[in-house]
Amino acid sequence: MILDGKERRRKTDVQMLDGNQAGAIGAKLSRVQVIAAYPITPQTPVTEKLSEFVEKGELNAEYIAVEGEHSALAVCASASMVGARTFTASSAHGLAYMHEMLHWTAGARLPVVLACVNRAIGAPWNVLNDQQDSISQRDTGWIQIYARNNQEILDSIIQAYKIAETVYVPVMVCYDGYVLSHTEMPVDVPSQGSVDKFLPPYKPHTTLDPSSPKNYNLVTLANPRANTQGILCHGYMELRFLLQEALQNSRETIVSVGQEFGEMFGRGYANTYWDFRLDDADIVIVAMGSLAMEAMVASKQLREKGHKVGVLGLRVFRPFPKSDLVRALRKSRVVVVFDKDISYGSEGAVCSEIKAALYGIGTTAMIRNYIVGLGGRDVKARDLVDAVEKAVMLLGQGALNVEYPEWICQI
Amino acid sequence: MGTRECRHICDESSPGIGEAGRTGEWRNAFPVINQEKCVVTKRNKLTCFLCWLYCPDAVVRKEMPVSIDLEYCKGCGICAQVCPAQAITMVNEGESCPEGAGGI
Repeated sequence: MILDGKERRRKTDVQMLDGNQAGAIGAKLSRVQVIAAYPITPQTPVTEKLSEFVEKGELNAEYIAVEGEHSALAVCASASMVGARTFTASSAHGLAYMHEMLHWTAGARLPVVLACVNRAIGAPWNVLNDQQDSISQRDTGWIQIYARNNQEILDSIIQAYKIAETVYVPVMVCYDGYVLSHTEMPVDVPSQGSVDKFLPPYKPHTTLDPSSPKNYNLVTLANPRANTQGILCHGYMELRFLLQEALQNSRETIVSVGQEFGEMFGRGYANTYWDFRLDDADIVIVAMGSLAMEAMVASKQLREKGHKVGVLGLRVFRPFPKSDLVRALRKSRVVVVFDKDISYGSEGAVCSEIKAALYGIGTTAMIRNYIVGLGGRDVKARDLVDAVEKAVMLLGQGALNVEYPEWICQI
Repeated sequence: MGTRECRHICDESSPGIGEAGRTGEWRNAFPVINQEKCVVTKRNKLTCFLCWLYCPDAVVRKEMPVSIDLEYCKGCGICAQVCPAQAITMVNEGESCPEGAGGI
């Protein structure tokens, strides 16, 4: 870890934290002003920790207890609209219950930050980890950032506020339930002073003020039309375009905020993916979240067997960083994508995106997709090694692109 | 000229007459007041105004004689329903005022 300037001189404050504690501390250091969340496994300790901070007077924020997740995000969106920095967290069914408000928050361009502690969705009931919950919310207009470990959870939440409040798009910081949320790791906790220097106070783009009444997000018809001052205002479609444009352009902000964070705290995030030995790799494992860490272990084992394997740990899923991935995968011979989600009737969501990104660049890479780790099924480095070796064996024999993914399970 | 010049990033407007557009264009039927029956006109007094009170679009003018802003009236017919003197008739768009209905 490279530290510079003040951080190098500062006595580092490394604490043993589980992912939920790291998330709560990230929100506290970001000086959130309104928190509304409803407890759900495995996110519950985030809400407990934050309410404790507020109750002890360590965090000057309003903790609003609500009756469900739909209300939790409605509270955050409303508070964000009148100028408060807001935070919420959820998992699985809770996130699904928020679905309507996820669209609303993005459409209203409110920079809410949400921690999604990734958990499987029923039926059947399951409280363990996969990424089906946040992937199911992929088209709601939120930026999605995935953490590989607890340090990244804390760092990503602080960065998320800076990103969200620059581009006015809400950010979902996703991390794997239990694997990270309930597993302790050493986490370097930055000082409040340094975070204050990094993250300026929130400036809303809209505000409700009784002395100058405004209407926001009313019924908006299909076509643009002039307001009472004769100025041509957006119709519904122009507003949707602006949200898409904001997400397209947010890649630059995500990278520059990550760069700035690195300069200040010594941990760089100046890319949309994590690169592990991609330089000379002709076989690339693609994975998102904690699975990307497991993939690094697998790639070391594969290197020992003589395969030139690298790992692309996807950090930013929305906006999907097409150009970055094209550059990273242009020369690959084999791309093996592991998904902890499934778009039923098709394939893993990450794999679809990778294929779409590589279309038209003249690659002849074989792309294989494995569905792994659903509902908390343990994914061992050995499983990844076996899958990659199988893919390599099929090279030159099978099709470059198979119709449906393979599942690593015992069916 | 595109809509970027409004500089909004979400739907935004200020309250004002006509903010929701020319809602009168939505109408199938328009109200016609028979001033000979209207309580306000008959008594020449600021009274009744139930049509003004009930109008959901605030297009009935609280004045003598009572009149309705057809630029924004959506033709819901609530005024005709609540009028105690049955002075308001709803006339289908494209049809002419019935005999004795009077102007508006």
